[in-house]
Amino acid sequence: MQFFGGSAAAEIAPSPAAPPGTATGLAGNNANMLYIFNRSGVCLLYREWHRPLHTLDAQQDQKLMFGLLFSLRSFTTKIDPTSVDKGNLGVPLLPGQGCSFYSFHTNTYKLSLLESPSGVKVILITHPKTGDMREPLRYIYNIYVEYVVKNPLYVNGTPIKCELFNTNLDQYVKTLI
Amino acid sequence: MAPLAPKTGDPLFANVERVNAELFTLTYGAIVRQLLADLEEVEEVNKQLDLMGYNIGVRLIDEFLAKSNVSRCVDFKETADIIAKVGFKMFLGVTATVTNWNAEGTTCSLVLEDNPLVDFVELPDTCQGLHYCNILSGVLRGALEMVSMKTEITWVRDMLHGDDAYELQAKLVKQVPEEYPYKDDD
Repeated sequence: MQFFGGSAAAEIAPSPAAPPGTATGLAGNNANMLYIFNRSGVCLLYREWHRPLHTLDAQQDQKLMFGLLFSLRSFTTKIDPTSVDKGNLGVPLLPGQGCSFYSFHTNTYKLSLLESPSGVKVILITHPKTGDMREPLRYIYNIYVEYVVKNPLYVNGTPIKCELFNTNLDQYVKTLI
Repeated sequence: MAPLAPKTGDPLFANVERVNAELFTLTYGAIVRQLLADLEEVEEVNKQLDLMGYNIGVRLIDEFLAKSNVSRCVDFKETADIIAKVGFKMFLGVTATVTNWNAEGTTCSLVLEDNPLVDFVELPDTCQGLHYCNILSGVLRGALEMVSMKTEITWVRDMLHGDDAYELQAKLVKQVPEEYPYKDDD
């Protein structure tokens, strides 16, 4: 897909400083992947830069990821100790309502999530020592807006097939790994 | 600590890429003119403008959220305020005021004193039923639908029809929470 007007890259604010723990080349045995979902669970993008073990086929993997985050959000809202009004578990939530969790990490990877009020979820999997990824995720969301949302050839809700977006995204993520 | 979302759109307006206002106005005028020539019926043109606005709105919301960093609005009142102060400022360069709240807080009016779309415009007698800025109502409807709010937006006052300001009435029909999209098949 061609995108006319190639000066878009200049308008995105300068990329945020990478959080501590990035660019250390620790990607040795660690996974590095990115998912972007929209509000109806359609996986708009799945990129992997490094993944040692493939367990499920792509479809199942994406469904699992989306389901996991959906349920985690319900669950974290339900056990939130600071909020007064707790919905019943299983009641669908508005995106952004309730508490929004940002990341979880295990001994082998860290998963960071950004969810916009319009339901777009950006998920990044990195090595476990990565710092707070909210600013980089925000930057990736901005890249998505510039190259995908503004692309007149892109149909909302379908997987992203835009070369310019992929290139810019790869370039940016390389500074984070 | 994440920076607080701006309560006015001025810093954002300074940061987004801008086009010449006259170019914008004249391009919009050319679009409406062409629609009138193609469709001939004023009602059809209104509908088409609304549809175009809707398509713009569903994409515009992501850009708005990415650039302005606002978090979820707690209720419709806050939503209307953000639209008027931040949204309109960011995209059109003008701010609107929010008035006329009804008792439950589901209907309000957004009043625009000046509107960049209608500079240099006069409606001829044959097009008196035309809502020239109907694209704006479509944009609002599309954008709000993507944040789970079903709304109805109508024009109450229109300067091209002789009133003194532009007034849009926004009515929240319902909030639509997202549902788990996958059926439980296994």
